[in-house]
Amino acid sequence: MAIVETCKLSFDYIRRDEEGNVSSINRALNRVDLSVEKGEFIAILGGNGSGKSTLAKHINAILYPTEGYVLVDGKKTSEEINILDIRQKAGMVFQNPDNQIIGSVVEEDVGFGPENMGIPSENIWERVEEALKILGMWEYRKHSPMRLSGGQKQRVAIAGVVAMHPECIIMDEPTAMLDPAGRKDVIRAARALNDVERITIILITHYMEEVVYANKVFVMEGGEIKMFGTPREIFSRVEELEKMRLDVPQATRLAYELKRRGLSQLPDGILTEKELVTELCRLYSII
Amino acid sequence: MSIILDHINYIYSKGTSEEIKALDDICLEIKNGDFIGLIGHTGSGKSTLVQHLDGLLRATSGHIYYDGEDIYDDGYDMRALRGKVGLVFQYPEHQLFEEDVFKDVCFGPKNMGMSDKDAELAAYSALRSVKLPDDLFFVSPFELSGGQKRRAAIAGVLAMKPEVLVLDEPTAGLDPEGRDEILGLVRELHDKEGITVVLVSHSMEDVADYAGHIIVMDKGRVLMDGTPKEIFSHIEELEEIGLAAPRVTYIMHELHRRGFNVDTSVTTVKEAVDSVIGALWNA
Repeated sequence: MAIVETCKLSFDYIRRDEEGNVSSINRALNRVDLSVEKGEFIAILGGNGSGKSTLAKHINAILYPTEGYVLVDGKKTSEEINILDIRQKAGMVFQNPDNQIIGSVVEEDVGFGPENMGIPSENIWERVEEALKILGMWEYRKHSPMRLSGGQKQRVAIAGVVAMHPECIIMDEPTAMLDPAGRKDVIRAARALNDVERITIILITHYMEEVVYANKVFVMEGGEIKMFGTPREIFSRVEELEKMRLDVPQATRLAYELKRRGLSQLPDGILTEKELVTELCRLYSII
Repeated sequence: MSIILDHINYIYSKGTSEEIKALDDICLEIKNGDFIGLIGHTGSGKSTLVQHLDGLLRATSGHIYYDGEDIYDDGYDMRALRGKVGLVFQYPEHQLFEEDVFKDVCFGPKNMGMSDKDAELAAYSALRSVKLPDDLFFVSPFELSGGQKRRAAIAGVLAMKPEVLVLDEPTAGLDPEGRDEILGLVRELHDKEGITVVLVSHSMEDVADYAGHIIVMDKGRVLMDGTPKEIFSHIEELEEIGLAAPRVTYIMHELHRRGFNVDTSVTTVKEAVDSVIGALWNA
């Protein structure tokens, strides 16, 4: 069953002047159809201004469609009565961990979400412990979040969402502000939440390396979904991706350039470094 | 132009129980025309270091020489130094504040004591060199896209005609297109206008592609200092401090391990293509 479904979803940012007259309308999403099944790991790729964050905000009922509709676990986001339920089912993690952390101690911060939901306090601590352990941050529970590294802060922010027991987590460029080690930790955490906890993950990013493990990839440009498929299908279309100015991983780019230079036996859509090395070794032994 | 850092130490909250040694005996030389990539884990002291270059932070001990003059000497013109060393902070667009882009870019040079006319000329040429379209000069900075805002903020620094441009993670939060735009612009300023560049970055691929010289920091110290090839040949040491080599370097190492006669010092995709083709050709 689909946990998230959008149907002909369009959204206009409307700007008004001082008198309240409409001064400009900017279409940020245009007839987006997307369906995410329970337990999937979905990635949405796109540059700045492609509409990917606007889409994410619809799934969490922060924005409502101008046209079309969004269903989260079968419930329409545009109906106010569903909002609390939707926000609990579909948790959101944003780009900047500093804007999401409010507690002065890690465990208090993680407990804020469930407390706000009205969970009895003994259960809150159970949830906090469970969430921090899943994210590998249990040993930091008494620390001040401000003294953690970017990757650690982001994992605390994710733990805060996990403690609300969501069915789906939307991560809007969770690694954009992190260093390589922090990025690796956060992506690893996202994969573990999907693999072990069976939480549906919707990862929004402009780093293509991060989508290799996704079941499905959607590529957005100009408010529309321009490509859709498995990572391998998407990664074999290097030229189109470059036209959209997306970053192709170095292994994929190297494979593509080698093909252009005459190694036509290399397969399309090489995803990982391991794959490239294996393929080259195979070729080498033929020669 | 040259900057020499001589045994620089910096301690945050000195004299309190919260003392943190952010810079530990830094000795460095930045030469005229360098393009330096400064890399290090979060908290390694990169941002603290660059804030010393234009005198925003004053070292707890040690000396900094700009063109041979000690900037901590009595009577040294700090204001002039801040004009010569242009510092672009992280998320510089957060500092845009004027009602239009042009006024914002004029602020720096006017503040340095340039006449209105000179400041406007400097602002105009700075906006041209960051390639901001003319029709955006007089709109509110808040109407620009992320990449445009950042270019406007960089223009604000360029308008002061710096000899050294220091950029603290100028591409954070930008998409690949925005990143290529900003780094392409920095390369052009370096190559065509001869500006010395210090680029603080988290991306090993970016510093490998753009910098001629890399400084690696860890726990407030300079751990390595050399060309990209020299630096990225120390993969294990880099990984120990939470950094990495460009991905393509790992591919070359793995190929080499599996018996390919490829060059493991490769740091860019372009070099890798040549090296792999060469290895297959000679096999």
